Amino acid sequence: MLDTVHTVETPEGVQLALRTAGPVPRALAFGVDAMVRSFFYSVALVGVALTVPHLADALLLLLLFLGEWFYPVFFEVWNQGQTPGKKTVGLRVIRQDGTRVNGSASLLRNLLLAADWIPGTYALGLVSMSVSPGFQRLGDLAAGTLVIHVEPKPASAPEAGDVAPLAPPVALTLEEQRAVTGFAERARFFSDARADELAALAVPLHGPSGSARQRILGIGAWLLGRPSGGPA
Amino acid sequence: MKQQAFEQAREQHWHEFETQLAALESRRKAGTGFPESYRLVCQDLALAQDRGFAASLVDRLNALALRGHQQLYAARAARARPIEFLARTFPAAVRREARLVGIASLLFYGTAILIFLLYGNDPATVYRVLSPEQVAEFEAMYDPEAPHYGAPRDTVDDLSAFAFYVRNNIGISLRTFAWGIFAGIGSLAVLILNGLYMGVVAAHITREGFAGTFFPFVIGHGSFELTAIVLAGAAGMKLGWPLVAPGRQARIAAIRRAALETVPILYGLIAMLLVAALIEGFWSSNQTVAAEAKLAVGDVLWLLVGTWLGLGGRRRAD
Repeated sequence: MLDTVHTVETPEGVQLALRTAGPVPRALAFGVDAMVRSFFYSVALVGVALTVPHLADALLLLLLFLGEWFYPVFFEVWNQGQTPGKKTVGLRVIRQDGTRVNGSASLLRNLLLAADWIPGTYALGLVSMSVSPGFQRLGDLAAGTLVIHVEPKPASAPEAGDVAPLAPPVALTLEEQRAVTGFAERARFFSDARADELAALAVPLHGPSGSARQRILGIGAWLLGRPSGGPA
Repeated sequence: MKQQAFEQAREQHWHEFETQLAALESRRKAGTGFPESYRLVCQDLALAQDRGFAASLVDRLNALALRGHQQLYAARAARARPIEFLARTFPAAVRREARLVGIASLLFYGTAILIFLLYGNDPATVYRVLSPEQVAEFEAMYDPEAPHYGAPRDTVDDLSAFAFYVRNNIGISLRTFAWGIFAGIGSLAVLILNGLYMGVVAAHITREGFAGTFFPFVIGHGSFELTAIVLAGAAGMKLGWPLVAPGRQARIAAIRRAALETVPILYGLIAMLLVAALIEGFWSSNQTVAAEAKLAVGDVLWLLVGTWLGLGGRRRAD
């Protein structure tokens, strides 16, 4: 199991799994945000130059100030924790207890970017992210926020294929059931050779005769509860 | 119950829940029954986790439950009341941190005054702190013989100055705050450095005989700007001090709690620096106003800031 999962126990007593995002996707999102910001500035520059060129200095300085400090705050509070960069990469800022990020948390985490920058190119922030279990930089630690991956919406329910269900020859633990059903659902994305290679690993589940892959797929279909004779 | 049968039985409900979520996420109403639906989805998630159903189903339910959790437990932000904040909440927050504000003031003004008194007569001191170009720049700014004195400045230039001061001063103060996370040392260092800077410049200017232009210029916005710098330093120390002395909490938790308490001070000091930038841009360098008037107004502003922060939000002891 990947351990980049932060679990939150909700008042309903259920465990929510949050997949925290590491430095690389966050750096990517930061890069995209930098480009978006530059684009805004360029558009503003052109706009101001065409309409009120004598106020160009003042307006641009103010815009730079707002952009430097408050661009992320604005989007995190008003756009469900996603700046344009984070939205592109599929990340979201939330608080550690699973609730949405609010004004105070967003302000704190973004002001502390100045501390994460030390000594340059966010070195301290990267170190903090590497050390902290939830990939939190200094701003996240002080504000109690996390950056998580947003689960992509599945295009359609995964199919286990039209394989005849087959009861497993041995009792399986929950982990093992998960592994088999996971394989069954994702098998169509593997090449045949790869699928065979993986199926061959589950030695107790397939006998010496017949295709290992077919047997494992059959067991997966059985576990998922597919009715015999055809797909759902 | 096998996964297939479970999915078929519950699919309808999950679909309805998703519709409700979509409505809430677009800030529309979702009708009644959302909390009940959410609880049922949580039950389904717990069940799916427990029975070891396929990861795809568990992930889907997990995502639904997370979205529901965020909608149900979203903190309704109290309506922002800027007047009440500035008049009561902010001064009260500043007074709560009176000890740290006092320490920050001592570090800042104390250093400045100390340097002024000790090295006021030594002409070489300023060159230990600033480069000759910077010193020349200062002298040019405050020399009464300089050509820009006596000529009124354009409003547009005032606006540019205002924008420059906004970006420069607020940026410096926010960085002062942020660097406090290192056990308050960053803020402490910035306060001392700025105090040193101010002391050295004031001493040099006075020795050159430009005091008559310097003090009327700085006294106007000084009340807001210097106080804001001191507050930024105090907020930074408040942020970082729990790293060293967390009390009864875990260090990170203590920092988090302290950070939340600094937020009102941050909003307030940003507002103060905006006012300071306005004054500095439009009033302080205005050549048509006499120096005496500027000094008088400056004194009044200092008194105003002191009264505001000292008395704002106090309840009458009846």
